[in-house]
Amino acid sequence: MSDAKKIYPSVLDLIGNTPVVDISSLSPNKNVSIYLKLEGQNPGGSVKDRIALHMVQTAEKDGILQPGATLLEPSSGNTGIGLAMVCTVKGYSLKVVLPDNVSPERKLLLEIWGAEIIYSPGSEGSNGAVRLALKLKEAHPEWVFLYQYGNVANPMAHYLTTGPEIYSAVPDITHFVAGLGTSGTLLGVGKYLKQKNSDIKIWAVEPPAGEMVDGLRSLDDGFIPPIFTELNGQQILDRKTIVGPRASILYTRELAKLGIFAGISTGAALAGAIKCAESISSGKIVVLSPDGGWKYISSGAWTDSLDVAEAKARSTIYF
Amino acid sequence: MAVEIRLPTVLRQYANGVATVKADGETIGQLLEDLERQFPAMKGQIIGDDGKLHKFVNVYLNDDDIRYLQNLDTKVAPGDKVAILPAVAGGA
Repeated sequence: MSDAKKIYPSVLDLIGNTPVVDISSLSPNKNVSIYLKLEGQNPGGSVKDRIALHMVQTAEKDGILQPGATLLEPSSGNTGIGLAMVCTVKGYSLKVVLPDNVSPERKLLLEIWGAEIIYSPGSEGSNGAVRLALKLKEAHPEWVFLYQYGNVANPMAHYLTTGPEIYSAVPDITHFVAGLGTSGTLLGVGKYLKQKNSDIKIWAVEPPAGEMVDGLRSLDDGFIPPIFTELNGQQILDRKTIVGPRASILYTRELAKLGIFAGISTGAALAGAIKCAESISSGKIVVLSPDGGWKYISSGAWTDSLDVAEAKARSTIYF
Repeated sequence: MAVEIRLPTVLRQYANGVATVKADGETIGQLLEDLERQFPAMKGQIIGDDGKLHKFVNVYLNDDDIRYLQNLDTKVAPGDKVAILPAVAGGA
């Protein structure tokens, strides 16, 4: 998002500074306001542009990334797309390990920006993509592995940009609600907000692991993002709640009625915010919308019957 | 008081293959102890030797992760829904 009165040298300068829109008409509690930060306004279309740029810039500064390098990254879509855009601009090659059951739009966007896709089994979810990427990294030490799940530049991007933007737009914020994936957004924004005001509560929303973990052989195959452990995430989060695909789609449709075309994980985060609003007497909730709805049009989330859309969402990765 | 617990696929092998079981207790910790009593093969899978939840196990009370409630001391009430799920990678 940019200042319309300026000329920018690169599309990468347009990352961040996303707008916040008041959606309090959806609040179940008249004493609770809800504001939505629209990360879909980033040039690559999602919140992940921020970490893609910051991880690359940090690796360049540290001397890990040399001109002409090849990068490898596990992603269910948005980080891959953000990295593909950054790599195109900066002249790096990119290989993305992608679960094969993500939406076709995610695959096409990666192609448009010249990334090579290596598919991992969709039944293993993001876990499978991470596992395959770790294996490929061993076989190809010459590839640069930024690894969003284990790179502190991921939460740092949010500590340096998303957190300050939210605090300056809503200085009297009481709750921040966002989806939990790599945990980067929640850790970075959460840490910044709590340093400003330790009373601010951080709520994490996650999709049900359900169907995506049937491939898990034992509990020891579980996964916690290394950055979550390293940064003591449990101290930063105040609540963690599951939102299923049906509620996610319902709230994504509610947003569309306000003219806001957001992705399905935004509906999940909003459902978490509604639960939060119902549980407090008054407050100001900021919800993070990771992306717009464009990459999910083919999913039928807005156009199919709710039952059909829910069934489709259960077999796709939308988070 | 009996509360229904939903098991993840990976734990069903220790519970005769069923997806949901009933367990007795006033707190999550008591429910899990009763679960281990009913299905001894599950011992050590959910609660470790240190008495804490296995790090890759998440337990949810009505969709809320108990680590952010009162952990194993979280009280349960009739009609509550408890689910055990493995921690897995998410995120785009």
